[in-house]
Amino acid sequence: MAATKTTPNKPKDAGLEARQKLGWWHAYRFLILRRLSQLSVILMFLSGPLWNVWILKGNYSSSMLFDTVPLTDPLITAESLATGYLPEWTTIIGALIIVLFYAVVASKSFCSWVCPMNMVTDAAAWLRRKLGIRQTAKLPRNLRYVLLVVILAGSAVSGTLLWEWINPVAALGRVFVFGLGATLWLVAMVFIFDLLVVEHGWCGHLCPIGAVYGLIGAKSLIKVNVVDRARCDRCMDCYNVCPEPQVLRLPLHGSETDSQIILEKDCITCGRCIDVCPENVFAFGSRFEKQVHVKNIN
Amino acid sequence: MKLDPNRRQFLKNATRTVAGVCGVGVILGLQQHQANAKEGVALRPPGALPEKDFLAACIRCGQCVQACPYDMLHLASLLSPMEAGTPYFVARDKPCEMCPDIPCMNACPSGALSEELKDINDARMGLAVLLDHETCLNWQGLRCDVCYRVCPLIDKAITLENIHNDRTHIHAKLIPTVHSDACTGCGKCEQACVLEEAAIKVLPMDLAKGLLGRHYRLGWQEKQNAGKALLEEQHPDGLRPSLDARMPEGLSEPTYQHMKVKPNQKVATPSRAADDYVPRSTTVDAPEHFPDLELNTKGVK
Repeated sequence: MAATKTTPNKPKDAGLEARQKLGWWHAYRFLILRRLSQLSVILMFLSGPLWNVWILKGNYSSSMLFDTVPLTDPLITAESLATGYLPEWTTIIGALIIVLFYAVVASKSFCSWVCPMNMVTDAAAWLRRKLGIRQTAKLPRNLRYVLLVVILAGSAVSGTLLWEWINPVAALGRVFVFGLGATLWLVAMVFIFDLLVVEHGWCGHLCPIGAVYGLIGAKSLIKVNVVDRARCDRCMDCYNVCPEPQVLRLPLHGSETDSQIILEKDCITCGRCIDVCPENVFAFGSRFEKQVHVKNIN
Repeated sequence: MKLDPNRRQFLKNATRTVAGVCGVGVILGLQQHQANAKEGVALRPPGALPEKDFLAACIRCGQCVQACPYDMLHLASLLSPMEAGTPYFVARDKPCEMCPDIPCMNACPSGALSEELKDINDARMGLAVLLDHETCLNWQGLRCDVCYRVCPLIDKAITLENIHNDRTHIHAKLIPTVHSDACTGCGKCEQACVLEEAAIKVLPMDLAKGLLGRHYRLGWQEKQNAGKALLEEQHPDGLRPSLDARMPEGLSEPTYQHMKVKPNQKVATPSRAADDYVPRSTTVDAPEHFPDLELNTKGVK
């Protein structure tokens, strides 16, 4: 068993140990892959307007893949249905495709691998760590689910898509595709909010789109596994980088009976914990591995 | 530099307060800015559902904007005159070119731009209204006619109607006149208007159109539909039509009597009820008491 550290690593040094021990690529691989994934989605939207190569038409609210496969944001579809309007089949099929995909693949993988806002809030979290801003306001993590209910009920009452005036995720998506500078104010506000007001405030507490993907992907297949609890030396790097650190606690430090798979629906499957862990405690796996716990003998 | 914990706490709180206040300020500022953002009348693309339904149906994907070959549709931002993410166009800048295949509508995945629109000429994006008679050149008796000439449905959506020119007395004014049964609201007329500020503008339908009361009937139309006049032609007194039709159910109009008026004789109007009615008096008695005007001018003490 690895010796437990007497003093945990500082938040601003999260990942430093892994970089020194395991190399640069190992300490950043999933972060880089995620950025590539997020940027390539933006590129697929932009290739049409820029070079007339139409891969994705539309934006993050709804789009057409290769002019044939519709893809629709489940939340906006739900809002539209809540108002009492039945959209055309294209929209509904698009939403079903998205729901099925993210229900099967990985918990909240839209948030970590597709959503453009993730880059903004990750940047705010990074800056927060570097500046050493620690204790700030706290919000309940379940606020997003409350917000989700309020939005749907509000859409039903008001007859409009309540969330869409202020939706900063869709707004940021439109900035890339349609170039609307004024909307950047919203994005800047989310950045400031995450940096100064609440840690992981937007994605981790408020975003109702993330809440929808959390519910959708609650039983998805790919999950982060704790390969070996015994290797953990409590450097706290994973807790420092994780946008939903509450999901790590039980799989990593729980009792013998607690599953060593991060099954919590709030985990965004970003793999950053895998990157920064100098002891290789984590790995991507399926939700079924090691369901029957075998005691580690050492 | 080592900060005293109290001071650190103070700085932290101060920063947070400033950030919060800035956030509120930005939101309020944006709202104000949006209220000021009147770049022209914003219109929906062809086939759009009525505004309230449209806002429930539009999923803000912008595919109509990308489908428009003339690039005249915009996607509203936070500061646009429309709800963020919804499509609109401003006719004065770029009007709808009325593509026969309606690509924007066909791109719409949600039905907010309804497939029910089969012919672009049936689109009702708004209604052109010749708003300003004081600047419209044709209203001054000149021959501009540009709005009429550019109209894709010339002589259907806009016609020129003659009226008398009261200034010269010998000319006609040819007034561009929009007909709502044909106007699609494409905005070509507004864009082409030669004035600095267009005298003809496309307005959203609910702003542009009046609505008759449900009960209202136009006599000449009813007459045409029935093939004959619906009221009795003449009343016995030679002036008024019979009003039996307007009396409550079961009653008929009282018979009119010719007034027995002789020159230089004061009489009251005869009652309709009885022919033999004799008025008691035709003059009003002088009132016995007048209010104290003195008191009124000085005010009540």
